[in-house]
Amino acid sequence: MAQFTLPKNSKVKKGDKYNGANGATRKRIFKVYRWDPDDEDNPRLDEYTIDLDKCGPMVLDALIHIKDNIDSTLTFRRSCREGICGSCAMNIDGTNTLACTKDIDDCNGDIKVRPLPHMPVVKDLVPDLNHVYAQYETIEPWMKTDSPAPDRERLQSSEDANLLNGDDGNGPAGCILCFCCSTSCPSYWWNGDRFMGPAVLLQAYRWIADTRDEATGERLDNLEDPFRLYRCHTIMNCTNTCPKGLNPAKAIAEIKKLMVTRR
Amino acid sequence: MSHKWEAGGMKNPLARARGLGSAHHGVGNWIRLRVTAVANVILSVWFIWFVKSSIGLDHAEFTGMLANPLNAIAMILLVISVFYHATLGCREIVEDYFHVEWMKISKLVGIYLFFLAAGIACIFSVLKIAL
Repeated sequence: MAQFTLPKNSKVKKGDKYNGANGATRKRIFKVYRWDPDDEDNPRLDEYTIDLDKCGPMVLDALIHIKDNIDSTLTFRRSCREGICGSCAMNIDGTNTLACTKDIDDCNGDIKVRPLPHMPVVKDLVPDLNHVYAQYETIEPWMKTDSPAPDRERLQSSEDANLLNGDDGNGPAGCILCFCCSTSCPSYWWNGDRFMGPAVLLQAYRWIADTRDEATGERLDNLEDPFRLYRCHTIMNCTNTCPKGLNPAKAIAEIKKLMVTRR
Repeated sequence: MSHKWEAGGMKNPLARARGLGSAHHGVGNWIRLRVTAVANVILSVWFIWFVKSSIGLDHAEFTGMLANPLNAIAMILLVISVFYHATLGCREIVEDYFHVEWMKISKLVGIYLFFLAAGIACIFSVLKIAL
């Protein structure tokens, strides 16, 4: 049966309060999910009041400010700080997005920061991504060809390249694998063990649509499954939440259309 | 013993993600769900007209109207389409939310038997009136 409440040891409790904004004129409260695997405590929501004049404009700037100046035990992933690596994906103000591209001014009231939903938590804001990466590996995200390799680049028309990049640059190749979409999908929450999820299906479509790839049938065979593909019920949270403005729901619809076309 | 795709134990992540492999089906049910959805819309229009036309009729007049071959055929088609659509839809719900294998299978078997029995009973009733 589906589990509709959190297990006892996962219930989030009130946490500690830290004031790092004495004398500040522009204050903001960040409520950050904290959980440490090394103690027996439940997760908690710590409150940090910070001085916005002492940190940059984005939520990631605030988290780095907290780690540097208030609480060095706060743990999160980050790398590029410009929306291209996907490391700092987390749930901010109720929506999955990238902390580095989410403007503090775009958030309402106290800013709640939690890890990506429904994933095992390694520590604080760091989710365990082993399973999604393994699912990504199952679609074999590389070019598969039987023809002998040419002695130059594999050619592709600009129209064909647009299938990957999109006319507006928002095609499936623009995915940075932050998994904001997969972790916002209720179908993935319920059946993430078998359902591939929007991020992986978007990437599967990226290779299915690639005119240079010769394994389309094999790729479709691999996805034709009541759980791997057809758990998608077009809820559209994926497209709604994608911080890069991509459309995984459309890619999944395209795969379903191809499944019908080849019959 | 847990399923290969379930978390826990010392499972290798790729082995878990691959699970038991692709079932190589699913598109058939997806098509049937959509075809019966379209049929339901069309037949529901007829059904609304049929119910509206039967308001105020006595039993003999109503059964006479249903006995008309066109109405009887439309009613049987409606029963088949709606019940088949409901079977497939309920199956999706069970597959979404029930993860204990014996519970899932018993729910699915129950759904199949219920809709099959209910559909046959409805069709039998229509035929009894019409023939």
